[in-house]
Amino acid sequence: MSGKYKTPMLDELEKGPWPSFVTEIKKARNSSSMPDMADDELGQVEKSYNTKRGYWKHGGIVGVLGYGGGVIGRYSSLPEEFPGVAHFHTVRINQPSGFFYTSEALKMICDIWDKYGSGMTNMHGSTGDLVLLGTTTENLEAIFAEYSSRGWDLGSSGSAMRTPSCCVGQARCEWACIDTMGICNDLTQHFQDEMHRPAFPYKFKIKVAGCACDCVAAIARADLSIIGTWKDNIQVDQAAVKGYADAGMDIQSEIIDMCPTDCMSYDGGKIKINDPQCNRCMHCIAKMTKALKPGKDRGATILVGSKAPIVVGSLLSWVIVPFIKLDDDYENLKELIENIIEWWDDNAKPRERIGELIEVKGMRPFLEAIGVDPQPQQVKEPRKDPFFFWAESDFAK
Amino acid sequence: MSLPERQTDIGPPNFEQFLPPVIKKNYGKWAHHEVLTPGTMVHVAESGDKIFSVRVGSPRILSTERIREISDLAEKYCDGYLRFTTRNNVEFLVSDESKMAPLVEELKKKKYSIGGIGPRISNIVHTQGWVHCHSACTDASGLVKAIMDELHDYFTTKELPNKVRLAVACCVNMCGAVHCSDIAVVAVHRKVPKIDHENVKKACEIPTTISSCPTSAIRPNPKEKSITINEEKCMYCGNCFTVCPPIEIHDPEQDGVAIVVGGKVGSLRTDPKFSKLAIPFLYNEPPRWPKVVAAVKNILNVYAENAKKHERVGEWIERVGWEEFFKLTGIEFTFQHIDDFTFMRDTLRTSAAFKY
Repeated sequence: MSGKYKTPMLDELEKGPWPSFVTEIKKARNSSSMPDMADDELGQVEKSYNTKRGYWKHGGIVGVLGYGGGVIGRYSSLPEEFPGVAHFHTVRINQPSGFFYTSEALKMICDIWDKYGSGMTNMHGSTGDLVLLGTTTENLEAIFAEYSSRGWDLGSSGSAMRTPSCCVGQARCEWACIDTMGICNDLTQHFQDEMHRPAFPYKFKIKVAGCACDCVAAIARADLSIIGTWKDNIQVDQAAVKGYADAGMDIQSEIIDMCPTDCMSYDGGKIKINDPQCNRCMHCIAKMTKALKPGKDRGATILVGSKAPIVVGSLLSWVIVPFIKLDDDYENLKELIENIIEWWDDNAKPRERIGELIEVKGMRPFLEAIGVDPQPQQVKEPRKDPFFFWAESDFAK
Repeated sequence: MSLPERQTDIGPPNFEQFLPPVIKKNYGKWAHHEVLTPGTMVHVAESGDKIFSVRVGSPRILSTERIREISDLAEKYCDGYLRFTTRNNVEFLVSDESKMAPLVEELKKKKYSIGGIGPRISNIVHTQGWVHCHSACTDASGLVKAIMDELHDYFTTKELPNKVRLAVACCVNMCGAVHCSDIAVVAVHRKVPKIDHENVKKACEIPTTISSCPTSAIRPNPKEKSITINEEKCMYCGNCFTVCPPIEIHDPEQDGVAIVVGGKVGSLRTDPKFSKLAIPFLYNEPPRWPKVVAAVKNILNVYAENAKKHERVGEWIERVGWEEFFKLTGIEFTFQHIDDFTFMRDTLRTSAAFKY
């Protein structure tokens, strides 16, 4: 491991118990056919550590023929000083749902990347794609041919449907009320054109969580959040409840007293649940996984709008459809999503996310456009001020 | 050498081919799970079948060499099956219980950090930083490394009242989920950007630049064929820089990070919450950001000492009150803490009942 530069600041970050990204960048030079990339990356980042500023230009428009996204152009603003990263583009590869891999698949991905790129990756990017960090413009078509011919497609970028992602779901979780991985894969396949050819006002993210624990942060990080839920009663195994008590759990204080709706009681032997009062928050189920399970009448809550602060403040997603029973082929879900996107696409200004558009236009035009009735589950509370709109159609009622 | 024939719009490979047989067999039929140690768990199916998982931390930036090493380990102990988590950990999926102990042994020998399951910290979700992003005003990977080194015991062994989700974002675009994390670091600017009129004229679309501003601080400047910024209205978000690079927002001496706390995404017990401002500014101090690390550790320790079992950071703070949070942590309350942006109406106190 002999790099081109002395990097005392970064070397400091190879000490300590947590795995070091600096070590990874140094390792990347060993196997990549272009060791200058990792070398100059280290040189440039060391410079950033000294000057406290970055040296990357805004992304340029680069890509593969026929696609408008999936590759992010990245150029150093100091190409003479660090020629190895003069081009340092990102290639986004669409991850398999749930981030499951075999060693064989991963090694194939590595072999191609070593041949055409820096040897650095992100496993994974914030939205979900498998991210290959650092290649040149002239290598892009070869990279795409190598991966796509082996069954791996590009992810997405720009003003497009972004790569959907999901929690582990029914593959390895007893709480998943919907098949998150199946839904994620199905939607990804369905929206290939929308993902690869950006034609939307701005980005549009979809995340699928199996229950309200929301391990994929769907409610905070997706324009469209799909969260598994149920409608009937929580399934209780009283023998297992006893098991928890015998093992020393203080059921009264840890479960009953922490129920937000006060719908549970415990008599020292059995748990009783007043199910109509339960709001399905998942606390009791998550803490007593052997004893309590979601009900059997399962479906999804559809929420819309969450995003990070840019432009006018952060948003969490809002409940739009409290409960939808999913078709086997998800046709009803896909139709709903298409209607939601169509309204947004027809009405939004450039760079306006759907949550922001709903704030501007109001919830009513949105709900009417997608054919969803007003329901108390959509709000925390009704409006406070006595100003409200009436439509002609309201007088007919 | 000729290239293979490209295919378009094929989407990702179907996940089914990557599932261990025991998962395929018991898909959708899991009964319960048990956390065995801070880095291992077992899921038991209705059929009685079991799948064991071993979770290790990752810096998210992985070399191909590392991925091959992880793959080799998966071949040796997991028939080649592994996955990554939404927080960028690696999970080895072990179908044969007898291979658990030797896998853990080898991971320890190779200095992997095993942990992150249950009431403790998991890996820090973070962004690209100076490693790869044009808009970064700190280095996410460096901050994560420095914080995780210091809090390592809370990943591998120590327990907390509940899980604590950490995040780092290198600018307010927040590609990491800072806005709903228990404790998070977000890089911020503090100075009005400098306008390079000559290049704005050449490179930027003026209406797009004007509409990019959340506080309507940008007006046209017909004389220069550029824009002007009303300095009193600018909140330094940098969105104008995103659409028009000649508006330079970076200021290495005055850029730094803020710390926000109390967010969550799950609905357990209480609704999902946004993170709120705890510390408005700390300077960038690479390579180890000692003041940021100390501030995060202080908040985590005060939470660990004061929260009830199962309370997340935000739930604890809401129970005791924010005035109590500032008292217990010793963090100074400043003008920056009082919202004068979109959430002002919701956040000012409208009651005469509070603590000292």
